[in-house]
Formats: sequence, C-alpha cells, structure tokens
Amino acid sequence: MKIYNGGPIFLGILVFLAIALFPFYNNFGKVNAKPEPKVDTPAIQEYEKANGKKECIESKEWMRGEHMQILNQWRDSVVRDYNRTYKSNSHPNAAPFNMSLQSGCMKCHSNKKKFCDECHNYLSVKPYCWDCHIQPEEKEEVKS
Amino acid sequence: MTAIISFIAVLLLVAIGYVGGSAGPSVRFLFGVVIPYAAFIFFVGGLIARIMKWASSPVPFNIVTTTGQQKTLPWIKHSKIESPYSAFGVVIRMALEILAFRSLFRNLKTQLHEGGRVAYGEAKWLWMAGLAFHYSFAIILFRHLRFFIEKVPVAVQMTDMLDSFLQIGAPLLYATDVVLLGAVTYLFIRRVAIPQVRYISLAADYFPLFLIFGIGATGVLMRYFTKTDIISVKMLAMGLISFKPVVPDTIGAMFFVHLFLLSVLFAYFPLSKLVHMGGVFLSPTRNLPNNSRAVRHVNPWNYPVHVHTYEEYENDFRDKMKEAGLPVEKE
Amino acid sequence: MSKLPKPAELAKVSYQLPKTGWMDTPVEFKPGMFCHGSKPKSLELVGFPNPREWRPADADWKLPENWKEIIIEGIADRLKKYRSFRLFMDICVRCGACADKCHFFIGTGDPRNMPVLRAELIRSVYRKEFTTAGKILGKMAGGRELTLDVLKEWWYYFYQCTECRRCSVFCPYGIDQAEITIIGRELLNLLGLNIEWIAGPVSNCYMKGNHLGLEPHTIVGNLEYMLDDIETVTGKRIKPTFNRKGAEILFVTPSGDLFADPGTYTAMGYLMLFEELGLDYTWSTYASEGGNFGFFTSNEMGKRLNSKIYAEAKRLGVKWILGGECGHMWRVLSQYMDTWNGPADFLEVPKSPITGTVFENAKSMKMVHVAEFTADLIKNNKLKLDPSRNDHLKVTWHDSCNVARGMGMLEEPRYVLKSVVNNFVEMPEDTIREKTFCCGSGTGLNASENMELRMKGGFPRANAVKYVHEHHGVNMLGNVCAIDRASLKALMEYWVPGVGVCGLHELVANAMIMTGEKERTTDLRGEPLPSVAAKEEKA
Repeated sequence: MKIYNGGPIFLGILVFLAIALFPFYNNFGKVNAKPEPKVDTPAIQEYEKANGKKECIESKEWMRGEHMQILNQWRDSVVRDYNRTYKSNSHPNAAPFNMSLQSGCMKCHSNKKKFCDECHNYLSVKPYCWDCHIQPEEKEEVKS
Repeated sequence: MTAIISFIAVLLLVAIGYVGGSAGPSVRFLFGVVIPYAAFIFFVGGLIARIMKWASSPVPFNIVTTTGQQKTLPWIKHSKIESPYSAFGVVIRMALEILAFRSLFRNLKTQLHEGGRVAYGEAKWLWMAGLAFHYSFAIILFRHLRFFIEKVPVAVQMTDMLDSFLQIGAPLLYATDVVLLGAVTYLFIRRVAIPQVRYISLAADYFPLFLIFGIGATGVLMRYFTKTDIISVKMLAMGLISFKPVVPDTIGAMFFVHLFLLSVLFAYFPLSKLVHMGGVFLSPTRNLPNNSRAVRHVNPWNYPVHVHTYEEYENDFRDKMKEAGLPVEKE
Repeated sequence: MSKLPKPAELAKVSYQLPKTGWMDTPVEFKPGMFCHGSKPKSLELVGFPNPREWRPADADWKLPENWKEIIIEGIADRLKKYRSFRLFMDICVRCGACADKCHFFIGTGDPRNMPVLRAELIRSVYRKEFTTAGKILGKMAGGRELTLDVLKEWWYYFYQCTECRRCSVFCPYGIDQAEITIIGRELLNLLGLNIEWIAGPVSNCYMKGNHLGLEPHTIVGNLEYMLDDIETVTGKRIKPTFNRKGAEILFVTPSGDLFADPGTYTAMGYLMLFEELGLDYTWSTYASEGGNFGFFTSNEMGKRLNSKIYAEAKRLGVKWILGGECGHMWRVLSQYMDTWNGPADFLEVPKSPITGTVFENAKSMKMVHVAEFTADLIKNNKLKLDPSRNDHLKVTWHDSCNVARGMGMLEEPRYVLKSVVNNFVEMPEDTIREKTFCCGSGTGLNASENMELRMKGGFPRANAVKYVHEHHGVNMLGNVCAIDRASLKALMEYWVPGVGVCGLHELVANAMIMTGEKERTTDLRGEPLPSVAAKEEKA
C-alpha cells in the first residue's frame, strides 16, 4: 500500500499514539502500591480494648462512600441551624454523636496523613476542610 | 424511529453492562478486563488503519477552498489565514479549524420571509454546543488520568481544581459534567427539533449521542449518587495499564455499565462518523495552501490523454483559415 | 417545454418535508428542472461510453447490461484516486450546517438539494458496498442498494448542483459537495448519462477549439463586427492578430464573450484596452476557449480540453498567457491546469510589459487574470479614466463562485470597478465574497429547457440584487464570468427587471479615454453617455 503525504500523517499518528498510550508507558516499570489508611491511633486502640471492636458512627462501607456528604451536612447543620446532634442510623441505640470535625472525627482519626491523605492523595481529591479548620498536629513519624 | 432504535440499543448495552457487573468473578473479569483491552486495541488500531486508508489515496489536485483574498499584487491585502499561501498560514488555518471550529463559526440561518425576501441571521448555537461538547469531553478524559497515574501530576490536579472551583456539594461538582450532559442534550434536541436535521439523521447519528450521554450519566451517578469505591476503581485501572489486571470485589455494577459503554464507544469509533477526529486533519479543502499557481501541485496518477492537436485542427479548417487570412503551418 | 411560473409563485418556496424518509420517497422528474439527455454524436466525437438516443423522462435509459458493475467499479477506482472522495464519504457527521447554504435548496425547498443529502445519495451506496457496517446492517447503518431508481436520482440531483462550493465554506470538515458532484457526474458519464448542454459544447470544444463550435473564420468574423462597433463609438479602427507566432502574450477568454451580448461588450473592452496599451498579443482560434465544460464531465475530459492552452502557447512561442473574465475557467486554471498539463517551463514568469510588474503568484502556471492585469495598470496610473462616463450606472458586484472560492480573487475586480465607476454598492455581506451565491446556472446548467431550475437556483442571488436595486437604485450587475453574463441576464429579467448585466472590462472600456479617440457620445452598448443625455434633455 502506497502512502501519500506520509511525513505529516505519520507524525500525526505518532502524536495520537503518544497521547493514547500515555498511561501505559508512563507507568512502565513502576511498582504500584495500594493506599492503606491506618486505623490504629491510640484513641482507636483504646476504643477497641474497651469495646472489643473498631467501629465508626456508621458502617465502614457506608462511611467510605458517604463521609464527604456527612461532613457537608454536618457543616450546614452546625453553621446554619446550630444543631450539633447526630443520630446514627446503624447504631440506633447509641447516644447521639457530637457533630464536629476537629473534636469528633479527628479525636479518633488523629492521623490525618496516614488516614485522610492516604486515599485523597491517591486519587487527587482535595477537600477544602482545612481551609477553615485547624489541622491536627502530627509528629513526623520516626522511621525505624 | 431511528432515534428510538438507537435509544433501545444503548439501553440494551446498559443492561448488558449491569448484568455483567453483577455476575460472578469470571464474567466481571470479562467486562472489567477483556472487553476494555479489546476495545482499546480496536480503537487505536482501527483509527490508525482508517487514517492509513485515507493516506493511501493521493490528493491529485490542489482543491483548497479559499475563504479570503488570494496573495497577488503586493498592494492588495492578502488574507494570510483564510487563503493561506505559506505552510505557516495553513497551520494557523488548521489550528483555528480544529481548536476553534472556525468554519462552524460562520454558520448562518437562512430564512425566507413573506413576500419572497431571503434573510440571513446569526446562528452560533451549533458552534457553541459543539465547542462545549468537545472541550468538556477532552477535559473529562484528562481528569480521568488521576485513575491511571499513581502520583497524580500537578496538571491533572489543577484541572480538577479548576473544574470544581464552584465548590458545590460533596464530592465537588465538576462544571464539565454539567456542560457535557447539557451539550449532548442540546445536540440531540436540535437533531429532532430542526426538521431538516431530523430528516438527514441516521441511527448512526443518534447512537453516539445516547452512548456518550450514557457514559456521562453513569459517571455522574457514581460520583454524586450511588457511589462506588474509587480506590478499587483505581486499582483496576492501574492493573489494566500495568498488565497485571485485577477486578476488586468492592466495585459496584454501575461502574461496569460505565466501563462497558465506554468500551463500546471505543470499539465503535473507527467504524463510524466519529473518525472525523482524524479526518479533519486530512481535509484537502482546508490543509492545502492557496499557491497552486506559483507551485506546481503534482498528481501521482496523471496520465497522458488523447488530445485534438493543432495539426489535426488545421487539417480540418485549413481552407477556411486561409480564406479568413489566418496564418497556417502547412500551405 | 414547460411553462415557467410567475416570479411571485416561484418565490413561495415550501420547505415542508415529505412524510416518508428520503430513501423511501420516489423521485419525480419535474419538467423545467432538468436538461435534455446527451446526443449520441456528442459522445461519439470524444469517445465517451454508451452513445445512444435517450430521454431522461423515459423509463428505459438504454444502459449497458452490467451498468451496476461499472458504477461500483467506478466508485472503487475513484476511492483509490481521490483522498477527498474517500474522506468525504467517511467523516460527515450530518450536523446540517450546510443544509440551508445551497442556493438550490433555498430556491426549491427540495430536501435532496441540501448538500449533505446530495452527498448521502452516493454515500448510502458507498456504505452498502464498501463498509463493513453497511454490508451487515444495511439500511440500519444508512446503507442502500444501488438500483436503477437510485441511478436516476443521482442523475437528477447531480445535475442540480453547480459545484459552487458555498457549502464547503461552512462545513466544519471542509467537505466540498462540488467534489462529490464532480465524481458523481464522472460515474454517470461512464454510462453515457450526460446532458446535451454539456456534451455538445465538450465535443465542439474538442474538435473546433471552443464550446460554441465557432470555426476559425467565424471567430474572425465575429470580432470584425465588434471592431465595427468600436469604430462607431470611438472612431478608432483596431486590428487584432490571430494565431500570430512570436507575440509576447497569448490571450484566452471564454468563447461566450465572442458570441452574444452582454459578453460581446466585455470582449470589446479587452480589444480596446489592449489596443490602448499597444500590447504585443495574439488571439488563438485553436485555443479559443478559456472555459472548460469537460471539467463538468470527467477529470480526463477536462484535461483533454485544457491541454490546448499550453500547447498553443508553446506553438506560438509566446512568453506568457493572459486570461479573460470567466468563473469556472479560473478554478480550472488555478487548481488544475498546471497539474494536468504542466509544467509550462517553456513560458516565462508573467511580467506586465506596461508596468514591469512581475506576477509572482502565477510563476509556475504562467497565466494572469485580466482583472489582476488591469488592477496593476490602474494602480500604476497607466490608464486615462473618466469614470463619469459610467454615471448612468449604479453598479453592484457579483463574485463568481469559482473565482471567490477556488482562487480567492476578491479585491482586484473591486479595485478596478471602483476606479471606473462612481456609483458602486455592495450587496448584503452574507451574499458576497466567499459567501457569494451562484447564478444558478453554472456547471453547464445554463440551458433553456431547465429554466425553472435556473430561476429557482438563482433566487438567492437575485434576491440580494433586488435588495440593492430597491434600496440603492442599483441598475447594473457587474461580474467576471461568462456564464454569469449569459445567465444572470435571464435571471434579472425574471426576478429584478431593470437591472442589467455586464463584465468588468465593458465598464473599463467605457471609462477609458483612448489616445486619438473622437468625442464619445454613447457607451459600448450604443446608449447615450450621461453628459450627452443631460444636454439632450436641456435642448
């Protein structure tokens, strides 16, 4: 098959290939690690010791998908309605939780870097929680 | 009618994707790994094959469409882009065509008024919707790189941020999601609402619209409503591109619908009008300079033809020519 | 011949679409909308296939048994030869931007006259025969069997397109319906399906050197009449030369200018201009046609007819070629001639002997448009002009399709025009320059039996003229195209009575003060000059 005006056409095809195959060659030879958020802060360990299990205000699976929505609702509820009481759906008998990021969620999950950022960074999610809230102080882990 | 058939076809594809995504591990492997691989290979290979097919036919004549003043006498203002003389002019003309849809921007609406008066009005909606559709699609594709690169590059992060700068809801709403679905909807509505456009529309015109709408809609559903475990999705994506495919159990069926529709789009691409993506670069009425009077354009299959020579002509008319006082070669 | 409806009736165009899809709507051959079929003699003379007596309205077109095979092979062959064809078959997205840009659609309301649908006529067969999806899915994929009805549909609609390229200006992929019509007509010609209004001129041009079939002595005779008229107007006797070896310049113009008014006035304009300049030039009776109706039948025939221009230039030993005012002639010269019959390395780069200007933009094909030539003269003050001699005219300018969209010559004629007339008005901007409308009679459709088609196709152009006629009192429509001069006259008489048609060089010659001329009292048409008319009125 004879090709006419091959120069620019092949160049164009190369550019197309460079774009289409980018994810493949970009990742070539790299070892991909899966994010592993840590749920082993002292507060969580203490809770586990006392209750025999780790648990959050809702089920782990639900929290994975909906935590951003809950935080959004909490913010609106606290700021607009001055309502800080959250009744859990999965723990109907539990006492109402206090809607608070800093003194609620982050009490247990005090390890923002190892918990929140682990997945957020993996997927380039940039929540704007810390535009207003104060990030919990974390001591740099000393590598053993 | 053709619209309905296309709609049903896409619904069927949705159902297939859903059933596949809800089935056991081997079927999920088929839908999560085998079909996407096959579709991608078909897309890349098919599009290149199509371009090579075009490239195997020569451009025998310089048939540039001039939309501006030719280069001529030095004191006449030459339209360097609309009637390009140099390669540089052609590059600018093509860039405007591809990046800004220059020709579509010219669009007019012709109307016949009472009393037989024809009037021409502005008609920029198609141009706007076309641009909105293509650019939002491109941005969305680019944003998806976050699933294919372990350490998401700053450019992708920035795009993501800009796309969601309105900070509506959580997860943040992407402007391009809204624009894409809006533009596709507009393109569909104009196709059925404008009688002439409806008249020329084929199933092949509705099908990609529904398909792309389906891809966009399932993406939106997953992000804002039904949710999916995107960590697992990224693991699937990374597995695909590093040729160590895994299909985590935690991925919901909705994602498989999304992925299956996308696979269909990829596979369908080289067989359909969507090849205009590559074809627009090769259009000889746009990508040639208007210099055929100064630089000879060569036709590779130019062949000798029968002509009626002067000699034959003179033989036919010699006496009449002499009588009229015209010079002749042979007395 | 069918009776032509009144303008008021024809202006009521219905854009109502048929209830059925276009593939299921049979085509009705309406009298007045198509031309006579080609005569066997016209085809035989040039060796075109299937010469026979036939009538388009008849059921039996007397086709060869394997006609379908011929067409399919013809398509396959052209897909390999023309990237444009293959590409334009594949990439249309049917956005509809072209739909209401076609003068034939605007004038007829017939959906098959939307450029996109005209292309689909052939594209549907391409899908069915040449694409996988079409082979399997058939009609679902927009495919369609090639039947005799389809072939007739092609004939009817490819002879309702004037290859004006207006659609290609608006297409986001530059799909050019002209290109598809060119190929469609090539295919039809494989079966001898031509129209006599094209086939006749083609055989004339091949044998006698020009479309009209003017034999050498007739050309000389026709010019003599013009020279008499010039003498009457200016008192000067001009003696042009024919077939003269050693002339510096060969002059080639469409033969229409030698035959009927108002083209003859344009030809008189050339004669007077070249005389005044003392140009060393010659006419040719062998290459006595600038236009090329062969281009409306097949690429090969176009090349065969075009070959005479370079051949004659070589025989006569001229330095370069000057071309007259014509539309499709200049598309062919600009975009095809050098490729077909070049390189013309026996010629020199055109240089005006009067001003010394070198026409670099024509340095390979070596042919200059007379409007470029004259614009250069005027810019360099080489002509004595009295534009007030054209003061009885209010002129508007019609850009000829091919010159505008296949060459890009927009400003040169305007510059000349503004120098030779005092009253110039542009038509609305969406109807001029690259968006200009066809006269409705191009590509060999300027016959008389299809007058209704011509008036419908010319409707948008006439409409724009009507606008400036009513608002600005325009009474003259200028142009640089022989087909325009022949066809716009009928179009104006029908749609905008009171507007005349003229070539650019008629106006130039009217305004040009020649050395030693007597005091002129009339213009080239024998109409009293404005100054004389004013005096007469006083007396």
